[in-house]
Parts: sequence; C-alpha cells; structure tokens
Amino acid sequence: MRPFVLPLLLASLALAACQREERDTRPQSAFGSGEQPTPVTTLEPGGQRPSPTDNKAASFEANAFHLSEGKRLFGWFNCSGCHANGGGGMGPALMDEKWIYGSSMESIHATIRDGRPNGMPSFRDKIPDDQIWELAAFVRSLSGNAPSSAAPSRNDDMMAHPSENRMPDAATLGKSP
Amino acid sequence: MPAKNYASTRFSELTEINEGNVKNLQVAFTFSTGVNKGQEAAPLVVGNTMYIVTPFPNIVYALDLSKPGAPMKWKYEPNPEPAAQGVACCDVVNRGAAFADGRIFFNTLDGHTIALDATSGQPIWNAHIGNINIGETITMAPLVVKGKVLVGNSGGEMGVRGWVKALDAGDGHVVWTAYNTGPDKDVLIGPDFKPHYDMDKGKDLGVTTWPPEAWKIGGGNMWGWISYDPDLNLIFHGTGNPGPWNPDLRPGDNKWTSGIFARDPDTGAAKWFYQWSPHDLHDYDGINEQVLLDMNWQGKPRKVLVRPERNGYLYVLDRATGEVLSAKPYGPVNSSKGVDLKTGRLTENPDKLTGTGKVVRDICPTASGLKDWQPSAFSPRTGLLYIPHNNLCMDEEGVEVNYIAGTPYVGMNVRMIPGPGGNRGAFTAWDIAAEKPAWSLKENFPVWSGAVVTAGDVVFYGTMEGWFKAVSAKTGDLLWQFKTSSGIIGQPITYRGPDGHQYVAILSGVGGWAGAIVSGDLDPRDATAALGFVNAMKDLKNATTAGGTLYVFRLP
Repeated sequence: MRPFVLPLLLASLALAACQREERDTRPQSAFGSGEQPTPVTTLEPGGQRPSPTDNKAASFEANAFHLSEGKRLFGWFNCSGCHANGGGGMGPALMDEKWIYGSSMESIHATIRDGRPNGMPSFRDKIPDDQIWELAAFVRSLSGNAPSSAAPSRNDDMMAHPSENRMPDAATLGKSP
Repeated sequence: MPAKNYASTRFSELTEINEGNVKNLQVAFTFSTGVNKGQEAAPLVVGNTMYIVTPFPNIVYALDLSKPGAPMKWKYEPNPEPAAQGVACCDVVNRGAAFADGRIFFNTLDGHTIALDATSGQPIWNAHIGNINIGETITMAPLVVKGKVLVGNSGGEMGVRGWVKALDAGDGHVVWTAYNTGPDKDVLIGPDFKPHYDMDKGKDLGVTTWPPEAWKIGGGNMWGWISYDPDLNLIFHGTGNPGPWNPDLRPGDNKWTSGIFARDPDTGAAKWFYQWSPHDLHDYDGINEQVLLDMNWQGKPRKVLVRPERNGYLYVLDRATGEVLSAKPYGPVNSSKGVDLKTGRLTENPDKLTGTGKVVRDICPTASGLKDWQPSAFSPRTGLLYIPHNNLCMDEEGVEVNYIAGTPYVGMNVRMIPGPGGNRGAFTAWDIAAEKPAWSLKENFPVWSGAVVTAGDVVFYGTMEGWFKAVSAKTGDLLWQFKTSSGIIGQPITYRGPDGHQYVAILSGVGGWAGAIVSGDLDPRDATAALGFVNAMKDLKNATTAGGTLYVFRLP
C-alpha cells in the first residue's frame, strides 16, 4: 500500500460521514404541505406511470438528524402506542417486509398525513409537515430501508429489538450479490 | 346470555354427555364465520336457533338447528366503520350477544348497540353510544336485566373515560349512564352508597384521587362481565385499568378504576364499591366475571361473589356488602404481598413499583393478568371453580406519553416472558370453600378460552394451538380432545338440540390480545409488540394460523 492511500481513505470516509449530517437547519413549520397525489397501488390501467416524487423525500431519507428526530417523534406522537417499537399491536408491524399502502417515502408520508381507511388516523393538522417526513424516514429505517451509517444506533429505553442501524439491509436482503 | 345465567356459573344441568362417553364425541356440523380474527364470542342457543356474532365487522348469523347441517336462517351485517379497527386495543374481538323477549342484542366495534328481531334478523333499533374519535370501542357482550340492555365501553389504552349505560330494551334510549371516574353525580353515587372499607368512603373520590382533570382521561372502562342478583336487586360489574399505564402521571388511588361496583339496575345508583388494585401499577383491569353463589362460608350461609381477579387473587366477597372474605393467589404472584382483610387494601410489593425511566423485571402476573377476560365455570356438584388462566411474568419500563385523543395513552414499555415452570397457561380447579386448588393442568400457551362445566362432570375448554378438550370435573383427567382448524380463544357452550340430544359448541379462531401476533400478523423481533405480549408468544405463528370456524359436537 502506498503511503498516501490511507489519508485519502480517511478523508473520503469523513466526507461520507458528513453527508449523513447535511440538512436544512431552518425547517418549515407549516402543516399539510406536500399535497402531491400519491397512488396507493402500482396497478394502473393503460400502463404504469411514474410515481410523483417529492424532493423532500431524498433530503430526509438518509439523514442522521432526521432519522433520530423521527425516532423521538415516533414515541411523542403515540405512533409507538399502536405500532410498538416496529413490531405492531393495534396497528400493523412496520419492521417486516410487508407494506399495505406502499413503501416509498411519499407513500408513508401520505399515510401519516391523510390516514388510511382501516384504522390509520390522519395526522394532517397535528404534525408539522417536516416532522411527518422525519417520521416517514424513521419508519423506513425500522425495516432496514435506511443506510446503516445514518440509522439510529441506540434506544434510550428498554431494548425492544436490535437498533435500527443493525437491521438487515432491505435493499440486498434475500438477493444474491 | 353467554354466561348461561345471571349468576354467571356456566354450569349446564345436561347429563347425556358424561365422563364415561365423552370420548365418543364427534363433529355434528361446522360453520365458517368468514372472519379470520379472534373469535371470543359464545354461540347463543335459543329454541331451535343458534346465534353467532363475529369479530369486526360484527356479522350476526342465525343457524337453524332443526335441520341437518344447521343451515343459515338469516344474517345481519351492521357494517361498522372500518376506522374503528384502529382504536381497538387488542384485536377486533366481540364477546357475544344476549337474548331477551324475542330480540337479539349485540354491540359493534364502532360503538353501536343493536337490537334485532330474533326470528327475522331485521333491526329494531340501533343506538350509537360510543365515539371512535376519542378511542371508544365496544367489545363486550351486553346483559339484559329487567328490560334494560347493559353495555360498557372499551378504551382503557386510549385514555377513554369508562362508563356503563342502561339502554331501554324496547327502543334503545339511554335510561342511565354511570361513569367510573369523576364526580359522584356522574358515577351515580348517592345516599344509598355504602362501601365496606374506609378507603372507598368520601365525597367525589373519583375527582380527588386524581391529579387535576386526569380523571377525564383516566380509563376505568367496563368491557367485561356483568352479573345480576334478582333477590338483592343488584348488578355487579368491574372497572378497568386507570390510564395511562405509567402510574407516575396519576398519583392517588384513581377511583373508581380497577374495582367492582354493585348497582341498582333500575337507576344505576351505586350500592357499594371495592377496589382490587388502588393506584394500579400493572394494567390490572378489574373486569373479570363475578360468579354469584349461595354457600356456607366458614359455617355460615353467605351470599358470596367469587372473582378470579387479574391481579392474581381469587376473591370471595359478601355480595350484599362488598366485604372481602377471602383473597388467595391462584397462581404465581409477586407484584403484591396479599390483601389486608381489615382494610381491604392490596399490599403492593415495593420491589415491583413501576415508574418513568425505570425498568422493573420479573413482575408476575403480567399486564394481561393471572387471568384476563376468559370466563371460569362453577359446578355445584364438585364445589370447584374451573379457571382458564395465564402463567406469565413481565418487565416494565414507564416512559413519557402525550395524550392525543383517539390515540393510545399507555406510557409503558412491556415485554412478557413465560412464568415459573415455563408453561404459559394453566387450567386450575379451585376449591372455593377450602381456599386452595384441587388440581391444575399445565398448558403450553395461555388458556385464553372460557370454560363450561356440566352435570355429567365434564369440563370443556380450548387451547391456543387449537385443541378442544374435555377433562373430568373431579380429577382433571383428559377424557377427549379434538384439534380444530385454528387456536381457540372462544367460550364453549353446551345445549340440548331440537332432537333432544346434548351438543357442545365452540368457535375456533385465534386472536385477542394473546393471539394478536397471528391475527394481526405482528413481528416477533420486537419484544414490545402488542403491548409486550408478542415476546411471550413468539412461536404461536408456528403453532396455528388465523381462522373463524364454529364446531359443534355430539355423541354418535
């Protein structure tokens, strides 16, 4: 190994670690923004059309601050009352690979904001929009759908399950390399 | 009524099926309810018809028992709001219907009580008495007493204020409402109220034993059983756990939660009250069945009320006064150290006090209690009470919680584990007079089904693997068993069919709080799923699948 490779490697690692911290430090406090329609199904007569995306999704998804905030809010807004720490209870499990209303950030955001007919309440006027995005990002991390470099690494409370950054990576799970 | 009689004994005088021939039982007919959620209801047989209420969407079926295969006479679909499923704490169960004066009365998950014409299935009235937007649901079986339909609400995990209402059986209007928290006028406490113990005496205790306003979101729901004594003209009903579970948010005795009321059925006026678990620390709802017996108690004839309570004690109360005659643990209990019979007060174990930010380990019994809602049966032939129950312990950690109407208000991380011995359930025959068990059977899973006992000295109950069992009422010896298609958490019944022969019926279909891991497809990797119950039931998905089928048995 040539002598300058190690510093280079460390520098690149440091840069990657920075990415997980990049965020808008002056979040919107508004309720109910992000009004884009989000289809509940992938079955679309006449051929599938591209799903509308929200640029908020990408900026919240892999961000350590937003994920950890999402984890805190998950308790504060009583999400954990129904979904426990991801295993479910009154509401469905969120840490498994089954998604009733879609697994994208946009779908989860819509589920929290608008509710769903079989029992998911609408939090439209209860939770500021950016916090809904934080919750959506955290919900995805429960099933290994967040980079392990950014997902929360510990619980402040009773360890109900291994921390989110130790969940098997959903993107590669069950697939050959 | 699901409990057979107003005394709730679940004892049948039928003798055709007995200890000698029960081994010959075979299936007479089956019927699919079409709903794969927890089947906690008791089938109801009136004349030649059997009535069944399903879990949400609460369909009522009437089956004609006079014809081969019991074909459907009618069905009624109340179409409850699907959103109600999101505020039901522990699966979307229903515990059955009641019959009186040619009508079937039942409750829907979204807070309606409905009266149907028993012959035609046509609705007669429909009373909307619960509001799902504050987390209120109704899962209990109503009881009809003196032309009034008695109903209580569920929602102790949602900060719902508990009540019992009496609806006029004729037109469904509310005759009286008794709240289980709040000022005396709301609780229907007046000059007739004479509790036995000093701890239950005083003005407006439903307000003063709470932090300011906390009684408004304090639980004390009534989703269990009601019994009625026509001689004393009293109904008896329990009250559920206080909310939230985290006790730090509600210092005080939290009247009138986790206790029992005796009330005048005509006016709802409270006659006495006794609190099983003052300032409950462990979600010990006080809503289990009360079996009313007239028996010799230590040489004197007494009118007693027997209650296998969630906190682990088998209480014998004088049902005229509310005095505790006996309180003995019927399984492993370490959350408390007994009941002081002078003051009536439960002695908490200081090592098992829960609170915010503190993990307390190995608390027995669990939040689901040594016994939950699953009703016991009493045989006057043996003097034994047959108790289906749990054997579980738990770790608890109080956490901060915000009240948001219509969402859970619990504030407790819970994970449950098997109790001493490793068997998660037991079926215990309790000798009431001797204050000790006669025999006890171990079961792998919690025994979440009810029991029925007959004059043929046979006791029936079901297991969560799906076995429907008949055991000897005297010895507990297994006489017969049949494997149904799903785990059993229902209430067995026995009846004389139109052909004069004795039948036994049970709904099979796993679910409820204990079976939510299967009926709700929960993830066992989270120890706190289903309020911690999943941790003790990790292997249930390998033992059974969801279902919803009625099984009826007879002798060949």
